[in-house]
Amino acid sequence: MKYLCLIYDDEKVLGKMAKAELDAFMGEYFAFTEGIKKSGHYISGEALKPVHTATTVRSRGGKVSTTDGPFAETKEQLGGFYLIDAKDLNDAIQVASKIPSAKTGSVEVRPLEVFS
Amino acid sequence: MSDALVRERIEAIYRSDSRRVLATLIRLLGDFDRAEEALHDAFAAALDAWAREGVPDNPRAWLVSTGRFKAIDRLRRTARFDAVVDALATQVDPFVSPESEARFEEDDEVADDRLRLIFTCCHPALNADARIALTLREVCGLETEEIGKAFLTSATTLAQRIVRAKNKIRDARIPYQVPARHELPDRLATVLHVVYLVFNEGYSASTGDAVTRADLSAEAIRLGRLLVDLLPEPEAIGLLALMLLHDARRQARTSPDGELILLDAQDRALWNRAQIDEGRALVERALSSRQVGPYSLQAAIAAVHAEAPDAASTDWRQIVGLYDVLMRLEPTPVVELNRAVAVAMRDGAAAGLALVDAILDRGDLGDYHLAHSARADLLRRLSRKADAIAAYERALKLATQEPERRFIERRISELRRA
Repeated sequence: MKYLCLIYDDEKVLGKMAKAELDAFMGEYFAFTEGIKKSGHYISGEALKPVHTATTVRSRGGKVSTTDGPFAETKEQLGGFYLIDAKDLNDAIQVASKIPSAKTGSVEVRPLEVFS
Repeated sequence: MSDALVRERIEAIYRSDSRRVLATLIRLLGDFDRAEEALHDAFAAALDAWAREGVPDNPRAWLVSTGRFKAIDRLRRTARFDAVVDALATQVDPFVSPESEARFEEDDEVADDRLRLIFTCCHPALNADARIALTLREVCGLETEEIGKAFLTSATTLAQRIVRAKNKIRDARIPYQVPARHELPDRLATVLHVVYLVFNEGYSASTGDAVTRADLSAEAIRLGRLLVDLLPEPEAIGLLALMLLHDARRQARTSPDGELILLDAQDRALWNRAQIDEGRALVERALSSRQVGPYSLQAAIAAVHAEAPDAASTDWRQIVGLYDVLMRLEPTPVVELNRAVAVAMRDGAAAGLALVDAILDRGDLGDYHLAHSARADLLRRLSRKADAIAAYERALKLATQEPERRFIERRISELRRA
């Protein structure tokens, strides 16, 4: 079953990290990605540019409105994701718990809908 | 065998074994609702077949096997689930012949089914209220109406909670399994917490006009026994001990007219001695494991109370010592408050009051009525009448349970008269 692991982190905290610290954090990510490629869980994964680059689009009655940023002010922002293939939720939780940001922020695990 | 006798046997088997049959059917059929349907089909079929052919040697194996066939039948009739039917029909039915019936009893998979059911119902990915409702419904077999009455929630709300939880189990694919060894401590803690909440709701109903709702406590104790049977981990044993020791005081906790009686004023002749003995033996078993957890420690404290012939001869030194250990494992303000009360008994009310004030001054437990009533009691013992009344009045504002409110009101009027 496919699960999307949505990774939330506090960008301010990441922004304040010293270069060495940030490099170590990224190193953990590379090692993690290698690990889940080897274990067969990995489908894809990407990191996102910071939330100030985001644009929110809505279309209502044929009229498109565009605003900057996400609409909710939250402490943690969506910063990236992994799409994984896991046996079941317990397996997915095991994978998600090892995402480096699970230690600093949080990871939301969502099963993908299957339309048949 | 007469129809009436068969019916009686079946009812007895339903009471004793229906949850075990359900637990196995959920594993075989991979779905809660399908398994429940199959369970009812199997018992309906038994009514007919057993009157004709007699009760089989292993009714449980018969019911599982029949339930499984009935489920495949139902699925075949609604041809939509071809893939599911194929998967089910090619499964080896382990329980069709007399030899395989014997195997049923020894099958490790079958033996673990009830634990699988408990761990699935108490999965941390489910909503906390839903875990309780689902456990009482599926593991204990209570009807939603009964659960609703016990928790003062409408049956509709509860039914919705249960449906949502089952949907999540299916849609997010929560597996039907006993956690692996390395996950066990965390997962068991969630299960024990569900059992403990059920017990507490029964023992000290959070709202309403009765102090206790005995049925829920009895159900929690039954669950606790089942867990100790299936998975004798030290904290499971500790929790069962804790529940038995608290429940042993049930008769003495309320007066005939429903008023609350505190521990120091209880008639200890009313305590259930058999239950205390069982609880004490379990405490010893839990503590001898060298993996002492919070439930075992709280049970040990309850056991020290139970051993004292009267309130005055309670071994407060030992109780404070146990709270010290508990504080290291679980440094919460509530544990700290209980420790302060024990210190007051050991070293005098002034020593206890200093500790309670320190907690409240820090900003903790300000909304907790028991903190204010404990403080009021210490002030009363120090003859600080006006302060005691003020503290009782704060407690009264926060207390929601009728007998507790009446108790506080009585204390206030006693102080005013004195």
